[in-house]
Amino acid sequence: MDVSTTPERKARLPFLARYNMLPRTILRGRREGMVENRPLLDVLTHIVLIIGVAVIAFPVYVTFVASTITAEQVLAAPMPLVPGPHLIDNYREALLRGAGNSAAPVWMMMVNSLVSALIIAIGKIAISLISAFAIVYFRFPLRNFFFWMIFVTLMLPVEVRILPTYKIVSDLGMLDSYAGLTLPLIASATATFLFRQFFLTIPDELAEAARIDGAGPMRFFWDVVIPMSKTSMAALFVIQFIYGWNQYLWPLIVTTQENYYTVVIGIKRMIVGGGDAAIEWQLVMATAIMAMLPPAAVVILMQRWFVKGLVDTEK
Amino acid sequence: MEKRVVFRSWWLPYLLVAPQLAVTIIFFFLPAGQAIWTSLLSQDPFGINVEFVGLDNFVALFHDEHYLASFKVTAVFSVLVAGLGLSISLVLAVFADRAMLGAGFYKTLLIWPYAVAHAVAAVLWLFLFNPTLGVVAHWIKGFGIAWDPLLRDNDAMILVVVAAVWNQISYNFLFFLAGLQSIPKSLIEAAAIDGAGPARRFATIVFPLLSPTTFFLLVVNVVYAFFQTFAIIDAATSGGPGNATEILVYKVYKDGFKALDLGSSAAQSVILMLIVIALTVIQFRYVERKVQY
Repeated sequence: MDVSTTPERKARLPFLARYNMLPRTILRGRREGMVENRPLLDVLTHIVLIIGVAVIAFPVYVTFVASTITAEQVLAAPMPLVPGPHLIDNYREALLRGAGNSAAPVWMMMVNSLVSALIIAIGKIAISLISAFAIVYFRFPLRNFFFWMIFVTLMLPVEVRILPTYKIVSDLGMLDSYAGLTLPLIASATATFLFRQFFLTIPDELAEAARIDGAGPMRFFWDVVIPMSKTSMAALFVIQFIYGWNQYLWPLIVTTQENYYTVVIGIKRMIVGGGDAAIEWQLVMATAIMAMLPPAAVVILMQRWFVKGLVDTEK
Repeated sequence: MEKRVVFRSWWLPYLLVAPQLAVTIIFFFLPAGQAIWTSLLSQDPFGINVEFVGLDNFVALFHDEHYLASFKVTAVFSVLVAGLGLSISLVLAVFADRAMLGAGFYKTLLIWPYAVAHAVAAVLWLFLFNPTLGVVAHWIKGFGIAWDPLLRDNDAMILVVVAAVWNQISYNFLFFLAGLQSIPKSLIEAAAIDGAGPARRFATIVFPLLSPTTFFLLVVNVVYAFFQTFAIIDAATSGGPGNATEILVYKVYKDGFKALDLGSSAAQSVILMLIVIALTVIQFRYVERKVQY
């Protein structure tokens, strides 16, 4: 059963291991993560993982079920755990009318979320790309000071300077606007670092060749740096799109008009005030599913870039 | 590290860093400076009577039992979130690292909660734990256990911790998995050959070699529990019942926006800034050694 632990094997194995000649039964599968054959442990592995996946998926499953049944069924404790026939009705109602008294139609919130997530993701990438380019490819007075300034923003999350930032945005007349929703979130120390690190790995010969050919810095930037940075940009885009889509505190305070609600804020507004009977849970849950879909799709469909982005931005 | 080959221009680099710096100055440095300045003032909600009071706001904070209670809530919350989040994801990562069949399938199914907004996660769990109509609440009550996160302090804490952990598991899982996969397999094989079983190998080789990842994730999770969980608290409990789930970040918001106690809110902001600075320094001094084994 377990070849590696029989005494005779043990005596012989160090020699085999040194010459990388271990029996196939032992070596097999380490690439996928296994050292030896342990059928019981294999079973346990799958049991643990299946339980993990099920527990993690459970809240979303219940949410989905709740979005396919009627309000009365949701309120009948306990609610059914099998999807009902009202999927299309509920989603149509949420999309076109919204839920609760004050909420805007969900399609409008989805558009707001999409617009702000795109502005935040693309804006962060654009301004970080050019500032990292300047910091790596030029020598100029105050260069280190600027770099330090960008670095320090890591230590000033929006949560700790919320009131004064709100005041500035309101003084600039940017409340209830896409600019107010996105601009304050667009600075990015992590993206600047990431691009800086990446630019430092671009061979000097390329810049030299470009200079000899008479190409200016911007020509070099467009023709060499941008094409080479595509993978990093894609990875960052995935992370920043999710970041932008899922923003909560900032949109909560800068949007007072329903037309600028993002879908994440919209859900919160739908459940504020009113007792259990007043909350249209089936519509709230349909909205929750719709709020989850775009970022979840991005994670699942662009998984490789997502993982790369996550790991890169933490370096 | 520096480039040998650079371009020359006296104006272009400034133009290139200008957008980033403008956003940084207007939306980061000005407000932070303002917070520090306001924390030294005493003023009424309308800003009519303003008086310089030095560190009085800070002194008052540390004599304020609500603030100290909020510190305690934050400590309990972050210990629970970091502890539970790290242990659960470590277990999942160890088994996912071991699985041959369907490893990619499990990975995909374990990482997508990262995409769910904190506020949405809070609403999902609020719905499951809702005392009258929640499915999970119904099960809990089926065991004869009293349950009401809207009224009972501990139940509310459980609700926000579960939502926060659920939302963070995928992140921890990915980093643990990457850490596990970077452990040289020759070490594991050598131990297996010498007769060490899986549990022994985990305790004596895998876990110690994983400690850089664990420490890194610990810092990230504390930062997460301190700052990024605002949305979970606000959407699930609004700091209630009473002040049972009022973490520091939530209190800054509540005192500033709801109670309009500007001086105190600003002083709290400054204290939080100091905490972030400390955590960032720890993280960065540490990251240098992160990849070394």
